[in-house]
Amino acid sequence: MADKPLLEVDRLNIRFNTPTGIAHVVRDVSFTLGREKLAIVGESGSGKSQTARAILGLTTGHIAAERLAFDGHSLLDLTLAEWREIRGRRITMVMQDPKYSLNPVMRVGDQLMEAAARKIPKAQRRDRAMEMLEAVKIRDPERVFRAWPHELSGGMGQRAMIAMMLVTEPELLIADEPTSALDVTVRLQVLAILDDLVKTRDMGLIFISHDLNLVSTFCDRVLVMYAGRVMEELDAHRLNEAKHPYTKGLLACTPSLDHPVDVLPTLKRDPSWLSA
Amino acid sequence: MNADATAMVEESMVQVGDLTVVFDTGRHRVLALNGVSFSIARGESFGLVGESGSGKTTVLRVLAGLNVAWSGSIVLNGKPLEAARDKEAKRAIQMVFQDPYGSLHPKHTVDRILAEPLQIHGLGDIEQRVKETLEQVQLGPEFRFRYPHQLSGGQRQRVAIARALILRPKLLLLDEPTSALDVSIQAEILNLLAALRREFDLTYILVSHDLAVVAQLCHRLAIMRTGEIVELADADDLAHGRLQHPYSRQLLTASKGFDRQAISQFADL
Repeated sequence: MADKPLLEVDRLNIRFNTPTGIAHVVRDVSFTLGREKLAIVGESGSGKSQTARAILGLTTGHIAAERLAFDGHSLLDLTLAEWREIRGRRITMVMQDPKYSLNPVMRVGDQLMEAAARKIPKAQRRDRAMEMLEAVKIRDPERVFRAWPHELSGGMGQRAMIAMMLVTEPELLIADEPTSALDVTVRLQVLAILDDLVKTRDMGLIFISHDLNLVSTFCDRVLVMYAGRVMEELDAHRLNEAKHPYTKGLLACTPSLDHPVDVLPTLKRDPSWLSA
Repeated sequence: MNADATAMVEESMVQVGDLTVVFDTGRHRVLALNGVSFSIARGESFGLVGESGSGKTTVLRVLAGLNVAWSGSIVLNGKPLEAARDKEAKRAIQMVFQDPYGSLHPKHTVDRILAEPLQIHGLGDIEQRVKETLEQVQLGPEFRFRYPHQLSGGQRQRVAIARALILRPKLLLLDEPTSALDVSIQAEILNLLAALRREFDLTYILVSHDLAVVAQLCHRLAIMRTGEIVELADADDLAHGRLQHPYSRQLLTASKGFDRQAISQFADL
């Protein structure tokens, strides 16, 4: 564990101008992240993806925050040149579906080498790319290196994506539903790879998900978001001791494998959560 | 046990025997379904579970009549299902698709979406039946003249369910009906489906990759892999972890969350 936090987010707000007025989609979100696995969970529209995008300066909305800092340096008002130093190099992001985030008309190996281009000398790029494919447990890296994205299965494509995001040895990886499109066994294998990488490379991981059961077993801490606000922050393995009615409600309405019930409880949304 | 089995056959809603589907692309020949057999009683809810490529959706597509090239036998409600179906047979089997955003016509109102199947089948009383069916899926009359983009994901899936119900089917095919929905909305849709099945004595086949959803909605399930059923189990077996086949057991372990120890044991079974 490093002494100073890798990422500091203090009262982050994101607003969008829309024809019908201002949409305030992230409201006073605060958290810090060390070299650990932090989950942000919530339903659609909770602001979890927008929060992640803001960290990478990828939102088109208006960002305001008391502090948004990576490794002690503010991420607010960076110039494009400064962003290039950070984005894709020190902070990278894995999206949900490899089908849409890999370039369909470029071989996987070329994409990996392109990702490495700004940090690694040309002569070493190929070796580096191969090394990354091995790091994500691809059995036949030579084949995958030469393959087109459409020739890969979902799990393989997602591993290739993760390899690409790791090629520059980032300090922070943001994964936005990285395994939602994968089959359950493949999902866990991909998570095991992420877990190893966080441990061996001393990375921070922000894991965005809607799956409470999964994050409670995979992550260290959980941030529960609803309607742009943080409802609760918990140790992941203590999710069952959640205090907030929203978290409890979500847990209750999730079907259980061991204890199916006659009628599932449904979530009653309390307007007072919006003024918290 | 034997008497039970006989009773089951007499009351069976669907019997599928040795169902085989081959996709021939010229270069490759893929055996998508390889001798799949199962029987489902009237009023039963049956789950089909498996990973991508296991053939679970192909079973539904054959039953729905969307895939016409198959061999084997399908008996629906005592009558063999022919390749060319009459309207009555078509009405008896209806399907609800995974993506409520893609399965409703974006430029048709809810009213038109629900009326269309009635018109196709030459049924009368359209207005009355549309209103009635909306009520059954717990959507108020104010939804009748809305367009899909004015509805939330859960409301759209209710419309998709209403469209399937309006022809008063006997068998409802549910292809991952809640996987695109938030968990709180999923709970509402699962409750609705369970209530509708009881009220109208419907028979369900639910395709899902989520064992917990199957445990919630189904009485029995088949676990599929590469076009074959590897195991048949009932809800009780599933809840108590009494699955036998190594592949089913691996699926069950994987569904329980992240477990470092277990993952290292995973094999391509």
